[in-house]
Amino acid sequence: MFIRKLSKAMLAVGAFVLAGCEGGVLDPKGQVGMDEKHLIVVATLLMLIVVIPVIFMTLYFAWKYRDGRDHEIYAPKWAHSKTIEIVVWLIPIVIVIVLGIITWNSTHDLDPYKPLEHDAKPITVQVVSLDWKWLFIYPEYGIASVNELAFPTNVPVNFKITSDTAMNSFFIPQLGSQIYSMAGMATKLHLIANEPGTFKGISANYSGAGFAGMKFNAIATPTADDFDAWVTKVKQQGSPLNVQQYKQLAKKSENNPVQYYGSVQQGMFNYIVMQYMHPDSNMKSMGSMSGMEDMEGMHDMGNMKGMDHAQHMQHMQHMKDMDADQTHSSTEQSSIASGEAE
Amino acid sequence: MSFLGKITLESIPYHEPIIMVTLAVVGVIGLIIAALITKHQKWGILWHDWITSVDHKKLGIMYILLALIMLIRGFSDAIMMRTQQALATNGAAGYLPPEHYDQIFTAHGVIMIIFMAMPFMIGLMNLVLPLQIGARDVAFPFLNNLSFWLTASGAVLINISLGLGEFAKTGWVAYPPLSELAYSPGVGVDYYIWALQISGIGTTLTGVNFIATVLKMRAPGMKLMQMPIFTWTCTWANILIVASFPILTAVLGLLTLDRYLDFHFFTNDGGGNAMMYINLFWAWGHPEVYILILPAFGIFSEVISTFTSKRLFGYSSMVWASGAISILGFIVWLHHFFTMGSSANVNAFFGVMTMVIAVPTGVKLFNWLFTIYRGRLRITVPVLWTLGFMVTFTIGGMTGVLLAVPGADYVLHNSLFLIAHFHNTILGGAVFGYMAGFAFWFPKAMGFHLNERLGKASFWCWQIGFYVAFMPLYVLGFMGMTRRINHTDNPAWNFWIYFAAVGAFIILAGIILQFVQLYVSFRDRQQNLDTTGDPWNGHTLEWSTSSPPQCYNFATLPHVSDIDAFTDMKEKGQAYQRAQKYQPIHMPKNTASGIFMAACITAVGFAAIWHIWWLAIVGFISAFVLFLVRAYDSDVDYYVQPKDVALIENAHLDNVAANLTNLARG
Repeated sequence: MFIRKLSKAMLAVGAFVLAGCEGGVLDPKGQVGMDEKHLIVVATLLMLIVVIPVIFMTLYFAWKYRDGRDHEIYAPKWAHSKTIEIVVWLIPIVIVIVLGIITWNSTHDLDPYKPLEHDAKPITVQVVSLDWKWLFIYPEYGIASVNELAFPTNVPVNFKITSDTAMNSFFIPQLGSQIYSMAGMATKLHLIANEPGTFKGISANYSGAGFAGMKFNAIATPTADDFDAWVTKVKQQGSPLNVQQYKQLAKKSENNPVQYYGSVQQGMFNYIVMQYMHPDSNMKSMGSMSGMEDMEGMHDMGNMKGMDHAQHMQHMQHMKDMDADQTHSSTEQSSIASGEAE
Repeated sequence: MSFLGKITLESIPYHEPIIMVTLAVVGVIGLIIAALITKHQKWGILWHDWITSVDHKKLGIMYILLALIMLIRGFSDAIMMRTQQALATNGAAGYLPPEHYDQIFTAHGVIMIIFMAMPFMIGLMNLVLPLQIGARDVAFPFLNNLSFWLTASGAVLINISLGLGEFAKTGWVAYPPLSELAYSPGVGVDYYIWALQISGIGTTLTGVNFIATVLKMRAPGMKLMQMPIFTWTCTWANILIVASFPILTAVLGLLTLDRYLDFHFFTNDGGGNAMMYINLFWAWGHPEVYILILPAFGIFSEVISTFTSKRLFGYSSMVWASGAISILGFIVWLHHFFTMGSSANVNAFFGVMTMVIAVPTGVKLFNWLFTIYRGRLRITVPVLWTLGFMVTFTIGGMTGVLLAVPGADYVLHNSLFLIAHFHNTILGGAVFGYMAGFAFWFPKAMGFHLNERLGKASFWCWQIGFYVAFMPLYVLGFMGMTRRINHTDNPAWNFWIYFAAVGAFIILAGIILQFVQLYVSFRDRQQNLDTTGDPWNGHTLEWSTSSPPQCYNFATLPHVSDIDAFTDMKEKGQAYQRAQKYQPIHMPKNTASGIFMAACITAVGFAAIWHIWWLAIVGFISAFVLFLVRAYDSDVDYYVQPKDVALIENAHLDNVAANLTNLARG
């Protein structure tokens, strides 16, 4: 029968597919991606428990009770059976309960906002989506790069993500989760590479004409020294990134080549986020930037509540590290908030 | 301010050969059709019997015609996308530059959902629902006509965008800030806004109309829990329409204010927040997919129980499962953007709620299975579509539940896996359902059968084409390929991209076969007449009328005491009874108000798109005046006289009597 041949062919294709998924989300190179792959496999297997019998029963019943087979029982008025009704409600309910528990737990475990548990000290990368390229700022190193991201293997990377254009989605398929980049907001993502390599990074949310070219290489260097060498390279080769140059960079361009910036004006990421917070978004001087708060937590869609106190303190300390010269003053924060309300 | 607003000669894309050739072909076809109508002197019939008709059956046919026309347009877009991606591998540019390609995928989505699937669904509902509940028409026949023309108005605007200006380059969801003036300064998004806004209002009115119809117009004796299952699923869909379409109207209104009056609801600056749009859009958008799928579920139920010659298993389970799907459909919208950075609690809640929908859906599948169980399944075209659906949709449901797991969605969101999933459910679910319904009720609507062989051939092309076109997209999604990309440079993807393109052409063969089927069936209609009105030995009241049904549907209103009302009548020997005496039948008069009002509204939309403010004002005032004139018009009805009814009924019943022997014994 044709349908059976078709399903056989599909099985063969399926095997081929699983073998050929190199470089995708089923070929993860980091803990987050591995957990997500595991989750996909478990959830799929669980659902197959009901999906396979349904498909089989569909084809079998259609064949067995087809017209012309008069020796089969024919019960035209039979339309109700309490037992069957209970069973057909119970089976999906049980599967969904199991799946629901898995979902609840895995969603908390894999929360992109949750810092990864790891011995190594994480590094921070601030990510900005532009038309149509990615800007990566390393606040701890005072450098930045366009369309190339590097970090050491086995070191957690804390991403802070925003956009200076339409919404994009920051995604490195082989490392795991993606998160939207949105103007005037800072979102967060925590990833790690457990194997060295060069992974493709993309925008996973359409953002206009040059969207297809918004690609970057995410390089997980084998050792910390290799990463330091990359930092040195960027510092040596790169020109400085200040507001004027940033504005140049932010102009529309497609298939942008890799660019390095050896020094980055302090508070650049905050400046990019805060542009949209004020009624007069054209802040020309960095003077107005120096008094600016780290906006994290203010326009944060995440679960600050989910963090415990120690984590939170560590987090605050970390923010200070990032922009050591900036003072945290609550009055300024409230003035910014009221500016936003205007 | 210029007389023509923003329109200049440059608004016509004469430098785009693809568009120009398309327009030329459409123009030629239009001229040929006009010439044929003139030659056969059908303009009068077209105007008096169709365009101005308030008859739900004719409106249903016009809706389906609109859906088929828009299917051609939407599918052309699909073929262009698949060929572009197949040609633009390894860094090649392909033949569609982004500014054209981006319009195509936007148009494809909008057309297929709003102007193909919706009219198809509403068309079938129009055609069948009043007949199933033993009514003579809908509650508000004129409103029904107006709803159709408002839908057509949106379709007209979207087609004008092809030859004048551009369409949106934002994706069918038109997320801001991309859809804001700052990033989309052209008229494309304005076409999108007005086409959706006008047709959306038409859809809302349809929902109101059919809820009133179901509540007030049921045949004597028919309890709510005796309504045919298709009527029930349509009713749930209409409740969803009335509850969700106003959200679309509002959110489009807010975007309009942003674009036209410099508001900042969704802009990057000025305190706007694009996520508000995205939340509201999906608060409509998710119920919308259930609006599409629920009536299809009803069609499958009707088809299965009819062709197994058996009662539907678990009728009340089916009704309540549909209701559960409708209500749950409203609390899952956030699963469209798990990746916006909401907290784990929020994501987990919406993920689990989404999975819960799998329960009533699973129950439905089991109930169809147990309807087949111990039946006598006749493998007809509608049954093939149904079986194809049951297998295909199960896979689509599984991938949907997978996407509902936030941890999985973090890596699959916006990938081709998602594209494969929703085509798996909308195509393999809703559209397969409409195809089943089309083949099932075609004899009822037109009075002759569809060619069975071509119908089966078409089904197999669609079914195989579906798997060839969309299974590779699941693979590509796993390989990290995202949606809406114009060109690729990953050699590992190429094989699957070519594979998918082949599938699109197999589906094309299926569509062509369907049109051939229509032509052949029409050509041979004299040999395939449905003389009894009950070609499938049906269960419900629509099969008790002639094919096509008389304008008044029922000469005497049937008295209903069972879910399968017509089967009940046949068993009790009450079917096909001649009445001693007929009463005059109160009927609504046809009216041109609907098309005129819709034409004025179209002008308003067009004027707003191009900033031709005088035309917008004139159009709006004209529409309002037409509305007032219609509102105060008291000459809106007439009576079919008993002697005319007797004449029509006797002719039909003579026909039935001549065939009854074959029908009952055969």
